[in-house]
Amino acid sequence: MNRYLAAVLCCLLLPLSMAVAGEPVKIGMITTLSTKAGYLGEEIRDGFRLAVDLGQGRLGGIPVELLVADDGRSPEKGRQIAERFIRRDHVRILTGTVFSNVALAVVPKVVRQGVFFISPNAGPSRLAGEGCSANFFNVSWQTDTLSEVIGQYATDQGFDNVYIIAPNYVAGRDNVAGFRRYYRGGIAGEVYTALGQADYAAEIAALRKAAPDAVYFFLPGGMGINFLKQYAQAGLQGVIPLMGPAATDGRLLGAVGEAAVGVVNSAQWSSEFDNPANRRFVAAFRKMYGRTPTLFASQGYDAALLIGSALRAVGGDMNRSDAFRAALEKADFPSVRGRFRFGRNHFPIQDYYVRQVVKSGDGGIVNRLLGRVFTDHPDAYADRCPLQ
Amino acid sequence: MAAETTRSGLVFCGGCFLLLLVLPPLLDLAGQQYLLSLACRALIYGLAASSLNLILGYGGMVSLGHAAFVGIGAYTVGILARSGPGSGLVAWPLAVVLAMLFALLTGAVSLRTRGMHFIMITLAFAQMVYFFFTSLETCGGTDGIPLSGRNLLPGLDLNDDRVFYYLCLGLLTLLLFLLHRLIHARFGRVLVGSRENEQRLQVLGLATFGHRLLAYCLAGGIAGLAGALLANLGEYVSPSMLHWTRSGEIMVMVLLGGTGTLAGPVLGAFVLLFLEDYLAMYTEHWMAILGPVLILVVLFARGGLYPLLAGHGRQR
Amino acid sequence: MLVLEQALNGLQLGVMLFLMSAGLTLVFGIMRVINLAHGSFYMIGAYVAATVAMRSGSFLLGLLAALPAAGIAGMVVELLVLRRLYRRDHLDQVLATFGLIFFFNELTRMIWGRQPLFMDVPSWLAGSVELLPGIHYPLYRLAILLAGMVVALFLYLLFSRTRLGMQIRAGATSREIVGALGVNIRLLYTLVFGLGTMLAGLAGVMAGPILAVEPGMGESILILTFVVIVIGGIGSVRGALVGAILVGLVDTLARAFLPGLLRLALDTAAADRAGAAIASMSVYIFMALFLAFRPAGLFPVSES
Repeated sequence: MNRYLAAVLCCLLLPLSMAVAGEPVKIGMITTLSTKAGYLGEEIRDGFRLAVDLGQGRLGGIPVELLVADDGRSPEKGRQIAERFIRRDHVRILTGTVFSNVALAVVPKVVRQGVFFISPNAGPSRLAGEGCSANFFNVSWQTDTLSEVIGQYATDQGFDNVYIIAPNYVAGRDNVAGFRRYYRGGIAGEVYTALGQADYAAEIAALRKAAPDAVYFFLPGGMGINFLKQYAQAGLQGVIPLMGPAATDGRLLGAVGEAAVGVVNSAQWSSEFDNPANRRFVAAFRKMYGRTPTLFASQGYDAALLIGSALRAVGGDMNRSDAFRAALEKADFPSVRGRFRFGRNHFPIQDYYVRQVVKSGDGGIVNRLLGRVFTDHPDAYADRCPLQ
Repeated sequence: MAAETTRSGLVFCGGCFLLLLVLPPLLDLAGQQYLLSLACRALIYGLAASSLNLILGYGGMVSLGHAAFVGIGAYTVGILARSGPGSGLVAWPLAVVLAMLFALLTGAVSLRTRGMHFIMITLAFAQMVYFFFTSLETCGGTDGIPLSGRNLLPGLDLNDDRVFYYLCLGLLTLLLFLLHRLIHARFGRVLVGSRENEQRLQVLGLATFGHRLLAYCLAGGIAGLAGALLANLGEYVSPSMLHWTRSGEIMVMVLLGGTGTLAGPVLGAFVLLFLEDYLAMYTEHWMAILGPVLILVVLFARGGLYPLLAGHGRQR
Repeated sequence: MLVLEQALNGLQLGVMLFLMSAGLTLVFGIMRVINLAHGSFYMIGAYVAATVAMRSGSFLLGLLAALPAAGIAGMVVELLVLRRLYRRDHLDQVLATFGLIFFFNELTRMIWGRQPLFMDVPSWLAGSVELLPGIHYPLYRLAILLAGMVVALFLYLLFSRTRLGMQIRAGATSREIVGALGVNIRLLYTLVFGLGTMLAGLAGVMAGPILAVEPGMGESILILTFVVIVIGGIGSVRGALVGAILVGLVDTLARAFLPGLLRLALDTAAADRAGAAIASMSVYIFMALFLAFRPAGLFPVSES
């Protein structure tokens, strides 16, 4: 029996590590590296890491240590990792979350413990409205907003008969709601597909029958790849225009190829932006990783810069929570998207653009900026946030 | 399956129990408090795996849909908690009853089949539950339901992690004891007999179908309780609890620990969860290690880890 | 008209499922081994084909590289792992092949990265044809239909006309007798397993240009494949064919027409949601109903 006890004890105590004061500020990144969506977390991580590397291990002049863990897109695992980061590594800053469900499981609990959470992507409405929190900041967008941009774009284009396709789940319906908030024309049809559906032949046939002016689609990740390929094969590419929120980021384009040409998508950033911060970011990212950064990488990079700006303000002393929060609220950092500030719910107030997928001169498939749709646009839930 | 009645089996189980009993202060001493919630999760999964073991290990019913019961239990707690944390005395029994009811309905159909058909039909029912909850907006869809706190129980503050841990340990011990009694009673003998040779029992005039269905419902109910506990532990209910890979993981726990042994599934839950956690800390490609480890266990540690550790061959 | 087009879509999905399930049902019928990792070979087929097609620019080369790749990967797995599990119960097989899923998913992520791969329809199959006035159908999907029929014919001929096929069939009924007749049963099993995984690889190649080539792509289709072989009767290739087409039709038609039907009874928004929800469950409901009345499937093969 003693033998077993000893063995079990050894296992438990193996990763013993003590936090010592005066060490670099630890930042815990809970992100999705496995599952089909693993490349999103990879982009965010690489963007964030680039900012740390460019500062030679420092953010805002303060030495930092980045701890990365894969949540496997599971809320349960996200919670477990947060627990480990906070209890074992004494992390006071968390970031990285890609998906709303993980954020919803992790954020409320950790902010109650006084930890700061800077989301580089996930922005569920529940954390923007009544459930907003003093310690939660989002540097990307509230989930609906990118669809609002497309809604406004459709209205501006004078479309009057739009077909809607989205998966039958919360983010899908939120996005459709966001689209309808700014779209003024008629609806040719509305179809909700199964989450993770692979084959869209049935939906595309029905869509063709409905003969709409344009199609609004919200199909993130692999669903979007499947849909775009099948849409082109059905001979509808270029016949009925496609538009949707940032579904067609750079790495997805690589998987879809020419079938994506013509898709209009919305974003708050583009690799073409001509400001000093963005030029430096895009060039450094390409040099380090050999590919063009996507929207998600830009968000990871901005999250790092934001944290750096606040760390500088408190001189790396994470015990000065109020000063740290105040510095975050100021958002005093050179965002790669240009102008950037926080609303009172700690979600961005920023400009939004539409981009179109085109074939570039060298035969690559890239996003080209079409124009600005919203200026200083807040999200739809900010008013419900009780924060002052 | 008489392994735990032998001396070394008893010593092993007793040792483990004592270790679990002193685990919280031990972790405090080592400054590893964060492991408490992982241990707690392992206890709960151990409960779910034990319930699967009842039908799988003793009854020979290989169900690949056990996550459905866990999920139903968790969602019961989640839906009731939407208007604030309610009493556990209401939510938990309801979770058990609903999971049993689902087990009764699906079991009545599934148990008509055997072998691989049974594996697949349980999987199909679990998939139905998965799609049902992900497409229901009132259940939070794919986002799941965040809880504002743990359930309330008279005299116990469940929001204290240590209290919750001891509650889980207590429930697990109690249910393991009851399962032990059940299996060594006539019910258990019929169940095991129906695995070995159903026709002979039927000739003897024993209603094996009824016994099997009852075992199926009991297993469902216990898994439902595990789901309710899991929802409380994470203060979150999500459809990922219902995903078919979760059913697979619970089955892995049973096999890893040792099918048809009382303590095996709990051991399996601890080993799998801790292994996952440690591997993930050292490499992001932890699944490339975990996969082959599972295969090696199947190939070389026949009968799971429990007989190996407690010094037994599998006794079937 | 729409019904016809949707029925074609259903058929085409059914054919994909047939390619997957034929291999799986063979493996189960002959070796009595349950292989959860069957989807991994589908993934291997798609990845290899996408890589070769991208490098060489030729879909056919991709196909030619992917088939042996999936087949050989299958035979290696059979030699290293599954061979030792034939006489064990299903449980051990489930656990080992579950481990294989983990391993293969992570392996593709390590080799090819996390990003989905690109694979295009070959230019000679691009575009769509007008089958009947008003019905445009993608040429590539017709090609999938054709490929499925060719495979079905091939399997039929293999089993009914060749010596190897007869040995396989005999091996399924009595291992000992065939062994006594001097047939190398181990080699036979390895070959059958390789054939099964090669068919899965073929399904993967065919799926590549339509679907996302990404880690874990095998699991999405795997579960449907299981539904197919259970409905068809485990071990029966004929059952797999009929089952696959039934499942393909049920899934596609439910998705296409359920919301519309429900709209007759409910308001639009509720009908859309309920329709989508029930449509995603339709296959499983169908299977449960089916098994309630025919627990052994369409073409039961006696489990001796």
